[in-house]
Amino acid sequence: MSGAWPRFLPQGDAALVVEFGAAIDAATNARVLALAEVLTRAPVAGVVATVPTFRSLLLQYDPLVRDFADLVAEMRALLAALPDHAPPSRSVSLPVCYAAELAPDLADIAARLGLSAAAAAGLHAAAEYRVYMLGFLPGFAYMGGLPERLRLPRRATPRVRVPPRSVAIAMEMTAIYPLESPGGWHLIGAAPVRLFDLAADPPTLLRPGDLVRFRAVGRTEYDDLAAAAGLPT
Amino acid sequence: MTGPALRVIEPGLHTTVQDCGRPAGQALGVPVSGALDTETLRLANALVGNPAAEAALEILHLGPVLEVAAEAVRVALGAPAGMLEIDGPGGGHVPPWQTLTLRRGARIAVRGPHRASCAYLAVAGGFDLPAVMGSRATYVRGGFGGLSGRTLAAGDALKLRRDQAAAGPERRLGQPPAEYGMALRVVFGPQDDMFTDAARQTLCSAEYVVTHDADRMGLRLAGPPLRHVAAADIVSDGTAFGAIQVAGDGRPVLLLADRQTTGGYAKIATVCTADLPRAGRLRPNDRVRFAPIDVAAAQALRRWHEWGIQAMIAAITPV
Repeated sequence: MSGAWPRFLPQGDAALVVEFGAAIDAATNARVLALAEVLTRAPVAGVVATVPTFRSLLLQYDPLVRDFADLVAEMRALLAALPDHAPPSRSVSLPVCYAAELAPDLADIAARLGLSAAAAAGLHAAAEYRVYMLGFLPGFAYMGGLPERLRLPRRATPRVRVPPRSVAIAMEMTAIYPLESPGGWHLIGAAPVRLFDLAADPPTLLRPGDLVRFRAVGRTEYDDLAAAAGLPT
Repeated sequence: MTGPALRVIEPGLHTTVQDCGRPAGQALGVPVSGALDTETLRLANALVGNPAAEAALEILHLGPVLEVAAEAVRVALGAPAGMLEIDGPGGGHVPPWQTLTLRRGARIAVRGPHRASCAYLAVAGGFDLPAVMGSRATYVRGGFGGLSGRTLAAGDALKLRRDQAAAGPERRLGQPPAEYGMALRVVFGPQDDMFTDAARQTLCSAEYVVTHDADRMGLRLAGPPLRHVAAADIVSDGTAFGAIQVAGDGRPVLLLADRQTTGGYAKIATVCTADLPRAGRLRPNDRVRFAPIDVAAAQALRRWHEWGIQAMIAAITPV
C-alpha cells in the first residue's frame, strides 16, 4: 500500500515509533539506520535515546520538553531530506564450533530438515548474514540471511538456560547469545567470541549493517580461541 | 581504616543501587535499568539535598540492615509506608519522608517497604561507585553497574562520597505523596490494531491482578485474556517503560525498568509517564485497572504531575 509508510506511532507519552515498513529487508533497515545516524550526528531537542530495530526507530523523549505532534512534525521534515545511502558496513568473520557437545539441537533439527548434522552446519557456515539490529541482551545481534533450507519456527518450549556463546537459529535469523539467558532458538554451535565488552569502545563486537560470515573450527581450536579471548570454558 | 562507608549487615531480599538508568545503552541491547519508581527516588534525593538522579538503594519487599562506618551520614527513606529502625546511640523509629543523621557505629534496619514493592534509601552526597555507560544503576543479569553488578550481600561495604553529614536541622516533606488506587492511564499502541475491539474494551474495563511472575523486568498480569485478531508476533521493535505486551496466550505483561530493549510480541497500550511510578510500586496480588487517554492528555497529565512533585520538593521543611 503506497503512502502507508512511514508511520508515526505513540508508545505511551514518552516514545515515538517511526515505522518504515512491515518486513525484514535490507532497504527498510537502511532507512532506519540512516535516521538513527542523522539523530546521532545532529541531536534533536528532548530526545533521550534512539533504538534502531529491523523496520522501525524508537525515539524516547522527555514529554516535558517535546510534545508528540511537534516531534512527529520534526521527524517528517527530517525524513524528507533523509540521505539515501546506508551506513558503511564492515565484513566480519567469526569462528564457530559445530561439535555435538556444543550444539544440543543440531542433530535434531538436521533430522527434521532431512539433512545430516554436518550438512546443516555446512549450510550455516556457507552463508553471509546481515546484522539488522542489536537487542534482547547486551551485544545480541539479530542476523538475517539464514538459508531457506535451515528455516524453522522457534522451539515450542523455550529453554530456561541457554549457555553463553551459543550459536542459534530460528526463522530467517541466526544469533549468538552473549550471556546465559532463557531462549527459544535452536542451538547449533558455539562461538568463542566476546560480543559485549565494557572495556571496549564501542562495547559491542557487532553493529547494525555488518556483514558476517562464520568460519567452522574444531573443538581444539575453539578451546584455544576461547582461552586466548579470556573466556571461561 | 578505610574510607567512609555503609556496611551491609543483612542485605534484605533484593537491594540494589539504582539511579535513572542508561537509556543510551538500548541501541546496544543494554536494558535501561534504574529505579522502578523514579518519583520516590527523586523525593528521597531531594530530602538529603542530592541531585534528582543520584544513585540510591532500591529496596524490594524486605529491607536491609546497615551499619554506619563514617563520622556521620544523613539518610532519608522514600516509601509509602515503612520506617527506619535505629539500633544503638539515639535509637528509635523514624518514619519515611524525613532525614535522619546517623553517627559511626549506628545500625539501621529498613522495615518495609509496605504497600509498595519498592523503597529508596538516599544518602547525602551519594555513593562512591563508578559509573558504567554513564549510570550507576545495577543490571544484575549483565553483572554490571551498582556494587559489582549484583544485589547487596552481607559483608559488603558501600563507599560514601562524604565522611561528614551536613550541618543543619533534619528535613521532611510537608506532605507525603498521595497513594491513590485509581486506574493506570494508558495510551493505546503501538500495535493496538493487532487486537480485537473486545480486547481493547476488556483492557479498559476488567480488573487485573499482579501475579508472582513479577520482577524488575516486568509484571505478568492475571485476568481476562486479550485476544489478537491474528498472530501475536510482530517484527521485533523497541520497548518503552510501561508498555503492555501480550503474547499468544492473551496474558498481558507490563514492562518495567530491566525490560529487554526489544520485543517480538504486540504491545496493546503503554502506561503514561505520570502513572509509571505507581506501576513500578505494584506488588504481587495487587489489583490494577487501566483507563485510556490520548497522547496529548497523557502529556498534559505529566506536566500536572511534574508540577505536583516540584511543589512537594519546594515544601520540604526543617523538622
